[in-house]
Amino acid sequence: MNSRKIEILVGLFVFLGVAAFTMLALKVANAGIGGSKETFELNAKFDNIGSLKVRAPIKVGGVVIGRVENIFVDPTLYVPVVSLAIDKQYECKFADTTNVSILTSGILGEQYLGISPVIASESSQQSCLGQAVAQSSDDLDELFGVESKALKHGDMLRDTKSALVLEELIGQFLFNQGGE
Amino acid sequence: MMDLFQRLGRTTLDKFAAIGRATQMLLGSLFNLPNPRKGFPLLVRQLYMVGHQSLLIIMVSGLFIGMVLALQGYTVLVDYGAEDSLGPLVALSLLRELGPVVTALLFAGRAGSALTAEIGLMKATEQLSSLEMMAVDPLKRIIAPRFWAGFISMPLLALIFSAVAILGAHLVGVDWLGIDTGSFWSIMQAQVSLEKDILNGLIKSLVFALVVTWIALYKGYDCIPTSEGISKATTETVVHSSLAVLGLDFVLTAVMFSN
Repeated sequence: MNSRKIEILVGLFVFLGVAAFTMLALKVANAGIGGSKETFELNAKFDNIGSLKVRAPIKVGGVVIGRVENIFVDPTLYVPVVSLAIDKQYECKFADTTNVSILTSGILGEQYLGISPVIASESSQQSCLGQAVAQSSDDLDELFGVESKALKHGDMLRDTKSALVLEELIGQFLFNQGGE
Repeated sequence: MMDLFQRLGRTTLDKFAAIGRATQMLLGSLFNLPNPRKGFPLLVRQLYMVGHQSLLIIMVSGLFIGMVLALQGYTVLVDYGAEDSLGPLVALSLLRELGPVVTALLFAGRAGSALTAEIGLMKATEQLSSLEMMAVDPLKRIIAPRFWAGFISMPLLALIFSAVAILGAHLVGVDWLGIDTGSFWSIMQAQVSLEKDILNGLIKSLVFALVVTWIALYKGYDCIPTSEGISKATTETVVHSSLAVLGLDFVLTAVMFSN
């Protein structure tokens, strides 16, 4: 076996290895392009998170815009806090009155976070981004004296809806039946 | 009674001496590389022997293991109407466990035993001593290229194994059993992560490569230089490295995948 032939065959072997890695990285795993996007973080307090898991998707109308980064118990209030990693392009777009709820996909499916966004007003978006606020008199929020802020990194979502727990639902149903 | 203690002590000391010799050999070959210009052709030759020649067995067994996983997974999942989850089932079990472990076991049988037998015969026919007589360090010239060849080829082989097995599962699951090809890939992509699954599997196979190649080379280098000794060393290589791989796999899995 001359050495040139061996070199070619070894080159083929290494090439196959690299090709296999590329295939696994791009075709099998979600990373590569989508996995390492820039995100910003929001926190949300819930009463009960059901069986929400870290890495669960965060959806707006079914479209994934981020993933659950971490779940922990608030050290003073003892309620679960979920940190959300959301795509950077949505930073300063949602108002702080945005509602977030824990939903279930299908009957037995995974739980995910559904966001029903309230779009932040022009002026609060600008102040959130650190730009000079262009004065506009026709801003409805300011007319009614409501002060809404746009959500940026580290903010807390207040309007949350907990997961539905089947036992509680059944309990409530039986209680109502008994009352009739 | 004294005799028993004597034998016990001798065996223990022998084991420690063996570990010491093995470590000496490992360090001697790792940090004692021949210069790149002379060493590289030796490495390429060993990559051919150890890596390229193992390709066939790795790819064929990968294909069949992927196909079997898909068949078995399908029969269970279809009862729950969850046959679309076949993709992540196959991909995760391959990338995390089967890819590195089965590759290491096959590698121990295919390449490890060959390394032990080759070096054992070199020792029996006194080729290693003659190298030393010519002031060539056998660790440098014989052991180091083989060690690095094993260390480089095993992760590549494990990757090829997983890739071929996933294609085999696709063949059975999508082409024969009729799972939708789009959901096969997209659910797989949603569940498998590059850092957590693929890179951890790669780290596993690097550890296995180190252990299997080390055991194979040490058994050959340290064997009793008779035909009986070589046969014993070859058997020990396969048995010890298979057990070491399976044991280490449990430890690594416990460290990597338990949150």
